[in-house]
Amino acid sequence: MDTRPLETAADPKGLRRIAIDPLSRVEGHGKVTLLLDDDNRVRQARLHIVEFRGFEKFIEGRPYWEVPVMVQRLCGIYPVSHHLAASKALDRVAGGWPVPPAADRIRRLMHYGQIVQSHALHFFHLASPDLLFGFDAEVDRRNIVGVAGAFPDAARQGVMLRKFGQEVIRITSGKRIHGTGAIPGGMNRAVDPAERDALRAELPQVLAWAQDAVTLARRLHENLPARYADFADTPAAMMSLVGRDGAMELYDGVLRLRESDGRIAVDGFDDQCYRELIDEAVKPWTYMKFPYRRDLGVDDGWYRVGPLARVQNCDFIPTPRAEAARQAFVAAHGGQPVHTVLATHWARMIELLHGVETVAALLDDALITGGPLQAEGPRQRSGIGMIEAPRGTLIHEYEVGDDDLVTRCNLIVSTTHNNQAMNEAVRAVALRYLDGETITEGLLNHIEVAVRAYDPCLSCATHALGQMPLAVSVRAADGRVLDHVLRSSTGELLRDGPAHDAEAAQ
Amino acid sequence: MSATDPTFDLDGQPVPLQPGDTILSAAARAGHEVPHLCWSEEVSGSASCRLCTVLADGRPVAACVTPAVAGQKVECRTPSLDTQRLRLLQMLFVEGNHFCPGCEKSGNCVLQVQAERAGMTDLHFEALNPERPVDASHPDVLFEPNRCILCQLCVRASDEIDGKRVFAIGGHGIATRLLIDSPSGRLGDSALSVDDRAAHICPVGALLPKRVGFAVPIGQRRFDTEDTRG
Repeated sequence: MDTRPLETAADPKGLRRIAIDPLSRVEGHGKVTLLLDDDNRVRQARLHIVEFRGFEKFIEGRPYWEVPVMVQRLCGIYPVSHHLAASKALDRVAGGWPVPPAADRIRRLMHYGQIVQSHALHFFHLASPDLLFGFDAEVDRRNIVGVAGAFPDAARQGVMLRKFGQEVIRITSGKRIHGTGAIPGGMNRAVDPAERDALRAELPQVLAWAQDAVTLARRLHENLPARYADFADTPAAMMSLVGRDGAMELYDGVLRLRESDGRIAVDGFDDQCYRELIDEAVKPWTYMKFPYRRDLGVDDGWYRVGPLARVQNCDFIPTPRAEAARQAFVAAHGGQPVHTVLATHWARMIELLHGVETVAALLDDALITGGPLQAEGPRQRSGIGMIEAPRGTLIHEYEVGDDDLVTRCNLIVSTTHNNQAMNEAVRAVALRYLDGETITEGLLNHIEVAVRAYDPCLSCATHALGQMPLAVSVRAADGRVLDHVLRSSTGELLRDGPAHDAEAAQ
Repeated sequence: MSATDPTFDLDGQPVPLQPGDTILSAAARAGHEVPHLCWSEEVSGSASCRLCTVLADGRPVAACVTPAVAGQKVECRTPSLDTQRLRLLQMLFVEGNHFCPGCEKSGNCVLQVQAERAGMTDLHFEALNPERPVDASHPDVLFEPNRCILCQLCVRASDEIDGKRVFAIGGHGIATRLLIDSPSGRLGDSALSVDDRAAHICPVGALLPKRVGFAVPIGQRRFDTEDTRG
């Protein structure tokens, strides 16, 4: 399905465009616009991120040691990833890279706790209602409360898995959310043995729940109605960090890029040189940049990050249960690359299982309870920190002046990497399910389902418990608005309401 | 304490006093909390913040500079005074840029803990959002004027303890600000050393030794309690 012409209609008569610079990272509110011709055929489909946050700008001028805590406020779902990516970048600035082994283990523990809690939150709280009840089920059931009523065991396991991950974060950072554990050059705390033991005691049950989660995700995927077999099938290259041995590696590794057909294009690439591999393009209709592979250019160089990419990009997962689940995933798809975005949920639960197994191994590591926690060395002027956040590759880059204040900051978050891929998914869904149709709430949710598979922040920050505020405008080819539907954060479907400011300006 | 020792009455509790005591110093020595921001037993009182305002025999005075008098009736925790303290704290918050979530002083900050103890849950007043450039010119000490509450502790510490007079208060009204005695007006050109007491006495996050940041973990900070757990 060639969706590329749908990015911009061939004859966008009557449309005015806006260009805003500088662009920065966003989290939250999403908007989709469609352009239809006189026959209601889709001529243009875009996912817009219409909020401007400007984090990169207000980090400039701040002392570098403040940054790992400040940047956590980018996100309420995966603050730990920002905390650790910034810390890894600023370890280098402080001359403290690599950090001592104890600090490395404790940071990893924090990170894998984050993987567990974030993946559990996304799958159970945000995505599972669509999968359990159907994309166009009654809207008042499609939320975690509905799941808790109809599938209480699954809902409870989701809550408890997330709680376990949050506790791992708490014992390593001091708080379940927005703690302070990592500092440039290391950690400010070790793990208290009593708190470690309390979590260890929960492991058998948590491992069983994680295993069940993989089973559930697989069952839901394989039982999807036939009409969704090719839902948002968007072949894309896949990028992630991997270990030097090709293992799945979420905290620190080398970059690997795999073509959509499975061939490895780039391997063992130093994350400190990422600028040689990718660049970012700007489009005037969204606040989110479009990263692309330099060797292929803006149009052809887009790629996918996140669980679906990672599970297929690695050669193996270095924990036994998750590796068995990965092999089952590969076998179920005949060894062929998978690009239907709903498979992301299955891959995500494999990673959740890997996260629990890794937490279990780290809790057994005596290093987490003590030892040197901070490294020192010659001060540097810049640093890059790259990590595999729950949603995908996360890059923090800083330049710091001699006065210790940050002079430049560049953040490429997972959603940004996936910008084009999400737009492609929206277009694929629009063509397959909305083309020529009258828009209904259920059809709207099809678009959400595709976006949601990529981006738990987008579906959560503005869309508590499965209700993403989403605006869809249907325009004639001459720019006239034929239909404008806004789904509010309470799930209410509103027509004839005012368009969003950014949209009205187009 | 014998029955003949001089005392004054603080909210119904007898507080022993010694020659030279202020109401605040005597109360603090006896373990009583009189809310304050700008007082330290290391330096002279200045009555800058007025958080310690009490009623001494019905007359409002700053406890940090008012001599304690035997037999006096001092009221500290009255509803009216507590409300006044809350408003003072809220004004301090809106006059500067106090973002506790990203501030390294969080958990060690006197302004933060006083606001918490006063039950402050909102700003009440409109935030002024001033623009105050950070002075990072000193190699070892950061001056973050957005957090300065003009308590003058650094002024007095530099003067009375360090003997350097690096700081002073200048300007009037809302334009009042901390001045630095150096040719450029910047900290890096001043005589301040990171070993000076003035570099460490700030009750908020305005004057800080550099590169310390969040080195103290949550749970071990000055004002953390058993309940400090997120």
